[in-house]
Amino acid sequence: MQARASNRLLSYALAALLLWVGIGLPTAQASEPVVVYSARNEQLIKPLFDRFTAETGIPVRFTTADAAVLIERLAAEGKNSPADMLMTVDAGELWNAANRGLLRPTRSKTLDANIPATLRDPGNRWVGLSQRARTIVYHPDRVDPRKLGTYEDLADPAWRGRLCLRSSKKVYNQSLVAMMIKTRGEAATEATIRGWVANLAAPPFANDNQVMEAIAAGQCDVGIVNTYYLGRLLQKQPNFPVKVFWANQRGDGTHVNVSGAGITRHARNPAGAQKLLEWLSAGDAQRLFAGSNMEYPVNPTVEIDPLVRSWGSFTPSRINVVEAGRRQAAAVRLMDRAGWR
Amino acid sequence: MRARWRSTLVILLAAAPALVVLVGLVGAWVAPASDALQHQWRYLLPDASRNTIILVLSVAVAAGVLGTALAALVALCDFPGRAFFSWALLLPLSIPGYVLAAVFAGSLDYSSPLYSWLREQWGWQWPSIRSLGGASFVLTLTLFPYVYLIARVAFESAAERYLEAAALLGRTRLQAAREVLLPLAIPAILASSALVAMETLADFGVVAALNVDTLTTALYRAWYGMFSLVTAQQIAGFLVLMALLLLLFEHRARSVLRMRESAGVSLFRERLHGWRALLATLLTSLILGVSFAWPVAHLLSWASTHWAADLDARYWGYVLRSIALAGIGAVLVVSISTLLAYARRDDSSWVGRSLTPLATAGYAIPGTVLAVGLYAPLASAAPWLQGTLIILFVAYIARFLAVGHAPIAAGLARLPTALDEAAVLLGSGPLQRWRQIHWPLLKGSMAAAFVLSFVDLMKELPITLLTRPFGFETLAIRVFELTSEGEWERAAVPALALVLAGLWPLKWLAGRMSHAT
Repeated sequence: MQARASNRLLSYALAALLLWVGIGLPTAQASEPVVVYSARNEQLIKPLFDRFTAETGIPVRFTTADAAVLIERLAAEGKNSPADMLMTVDAGELWNAANRGLLRPTRSKTLDANIPATLRDPGNRWVGLSQRARTIVYHPDRVDPRKLGTYEDLADPAWRGRLCLRSSKKVYNQSLVAMMIKTRGEAATEATIRGWVANLAAPPFANDNQVMEAIAAGQCDVGIVNTYYLGRLLQKQPNFPVKVFWANQRGDGTHVNVSGAGITRHARNPAGAQKLLEWLSAGDAQRLFAGSNMEYPVNPTVEIDPLVRSWGSFTPSRINVVEAGRRQAAAVRLMDRAGWR
Repeated sequence: MRARWRSTLVILLAAAPALVVLVGLVGAWVAPASDALQHQWRYLLPDASRNTIILVLSVAVAAGVLGTALAALVALCDFPGRAFFSWALLLPLSIPGYVLAAVFAGSLDYSSPLYSWLREQWGWQWPSIRSLGGASFVLTLTLFPYVYLIARVAFESAAERYLEAAALLGRTRLQAAREVLLPLAIPAILASSALVAMETLADFGVVAALNVDTLTTALYRAWYGMFSLVTAQQIAGFLVLMALLLLLFEHRARSVLRMRESAGVSLFRERLHGWRALLATLLTSLILGVSFAWPVAHLLSWASTHWAADLDARYWGYVLRSIALAGIGAVLVVSISTLLAYARRDDSSWVGRSLTPLATAGYAIPGTVLAVGLYAPLASAAPWLQGTLIILFVAYIARFLAVGHAPIAAGLARLPTALDEAAVLLGSGPLQRWRQIHWPLLKGSMAAAFVLSFVDLMKELPITLLTRPFGFETLAIRVFELTSEGEWERAAVPALALVLAGLWPLKWLAGRMSHAT
């Protein structure tokens, strides 16, 4: 008898759930919404979208996934795609989407004024919204920062058994190598990468945090990471024994990538999407966009997070980030040849 | 004759979602060879294939042995804690593989507090967990419950009288179990080990977290790194071929060892005493400790600093949506698997023989490739499907049919056709036969199929991520959102919620299962 009662209870619960899943689908909105496909994760974008809606009355609907997947989705949906905007955490994916004809050019004086030309598409199909600097980090007790200089220097045998790197599977390393190919050519870059691989203290790590933890634990002395990962570690442990060194300051500048966005070719609400893009490129939105993840704003007039500022100012690479996308496949091949796993 | 035709149709329908994806993969092979693939042949694929083969074989064997031993212990012996272990041994399934890998990397690698302390105090050194061996270890720990559950059902439905007969022939209970029950359980053990092998073939999360190069990492390198989805699909084609070979091997092995035996009276469990009871309890605790308690404790320590900031009312929604999707998905998977298993039983034509493995081959395709491979044709052929949950459930079926089919087909294989024939002679109709003969004997296997697909679906990420409606978040998606930028400590909160949310259904179902068998 009891089993039967629990069965009935279960079927009621299931029916209620089904109903609720159905109701959970988005309901009609007053103003036409902007629909965003985002590879930047929910907790970094939702607060901004909520604020945009509060200020402008334009609702924002979004879904998140890996950029490569979202790009295939856009391509498959074609004209029927609900998406107005594609947002990624890497210039390579934006280049790829633009290259496949999935993004449309946008002419905007506001965007041109707010975002440096090296951080947006020469064809105006996407813009960077925050900068992610990838540079050298070291243990202050075991490394004299005066001995550090460029990424390329880390290939020197002096660093044998002292270098830690993240896996070459991560796009951040692929972009770095792509930009090195652009400035120095394939042969010189390959020699550098082979030097790095020979200097590794441990097999490549799955993420930047592990690289820095290995430096702190004494497994190695130097590494290459995105600075915001260090920012997060420092928030938790202010005395975390890893310091930032700005690479290539005398030459071509420190490598930066962007988290950015572009308006889709078949956008139904391109005006709303442009408004969102412009809103994100200025003022408080820009400060929040970068600051919530301890990245650098693209808009030079916007204030930098105090912890991030404490690492000092640096000269970023002067080459347009679009090159990271153009040469990404070549970079992957090069890393395969050089044995960077 | 008409019945056969109907069976073929059922098999075709059940296989349809997977076939859509497989046709896409074949299409990729028809496309002109990409030079990304040539490059990979030269630099990546030889090592990646070798690693994949070693990984698949080692995990299938290790999980097979571990799962079978635990199943035999729990099914045939009574020892302190048996009732608890009988369901608790399923718990490791509730932790997504990539979370488990991150926990082990975080707690056993060079920079971990434990290793640092042992190294400084005693000069201890051990091989890195971030290696092929480490990946094999982690995958075994997360996958052995498949074998454990399916084999346990097989042991429990074996007839006590075989053991008695063996005892009369002078065998000890252990010998009897080895010589009589083990052969009876072989189809179940093989089927579940094949399942483990397929899941290992498709795994990306664990090998990526430990930076081991396999065919799946080569696949994502081609797609994400070199922007070549075609190359990725070609590599996915290899994975499917390997899976089909595995299934063929499993099928051969099963038919060589074919034993159809009737289930019967419930099993009498031998009570262990003294040191043997202690050993049984200790070993089982150790396995559960390493595969579940330790990772959960580690997640708790990560979550301890973040739960207050992250845990809020939204979590009720995540939990309910996770359970709803997994529950509905599991009902679909089990129903279609049952239909498929019966149809295959009636249809031994070449169509039935060749389509059944294809229907379940989706389990060996990495989830993201499968999701895109199904979403792209469906969304362009029927745009109205976009943003509905229909594509999501179709994709669940394409990917998880194997999980439902393996236990049910193994259960069905234990039912002698003579039973049906006798019932037909006595004039019973198909429905009556199902209700009075098959259901009582098969419900244990069906419950196992439900538990396994439910827990697998709770963890499912790539399909849900791609095909969900706007703003639709589940616990697994929450874990992904937080880990995608390396925020592991915050991700521990939804990961623990995932474990907790899976706990109650697991315990409840395990209770029902022990009534069933």
